[in-house]
Amino acid sequence: MSKSMARRRYNMAVLGCSAGYAFALFGAVTYFNNHPDARSVTAYAAAIIPALLVTGIFVAIGRYLVEERDEFLRLLMVRQTLVASGFALTVATVWGFLESFGLAPHVEAYWVAVIWFGGLGLGDCVNKLTLSRNA
Amino acid sequence: MKNRLRELRAERGWSQQHLGELLEVSRQSINAIEAGRYDPSLPLAFKIAELFDLAIEAVFTSPSRQA
Repeated sequence: MSKSMARRRYNMAVLGCSAGYAFALFGAVTYFNNHPDARSVTAYAAAIIPALLVTGIFVAIGRYLVEERDEFLRLLMVRQTLVASGFALTVATVWGFLESFGLAPHVEAYWVAVIWFGGLGLGDCVNKLTLSRNA
Repeated sequence: MKNRLRELRAERGWSQQHLGELLEVSRQSINAIEAGRYDPSLPLAFKIAELFDLAIEAVFTSPSRQA
């Protein structure tokens, strides 16, 4: 069976959000380079739009889980996101304690999302090694 | 959970792809079920049994009765 409709919609949403994120981030960096002390509504919008586009990927994953009719493929995605969540929370917790005791430098909170996306890759490897390898 | 899916499919000369299309699931799902790495939900197990015109116990072996 070729890719399900749900998977195609998911891929399109992730591609759209990723491209939008790249543009929005470029726009935000350019804006704050030109207006370093800005605190206006525009400044808040420029700062938040890239975050909303990252959030769009989380929404796309949730939508995929609701729309995917193939229960096995749904299970694979659930496992993948669980591995990603466990990985990101573990890294964030350990880093948080190291930072609190002055043993690690401060890291911006949005890196948790980046680590979570890395965890999706890890979750995919776990799935391939355990459930979806060819017989 | 052990099952006879691979054997039943082979008897009919169907590919995993074709069986997946008949059951409206992916080839990956068929592969995982055949290999015993994934136990299908009850509705999918019934759908599989009905496709082969068999009782569910004739396709899947109850884990409590497995040797």
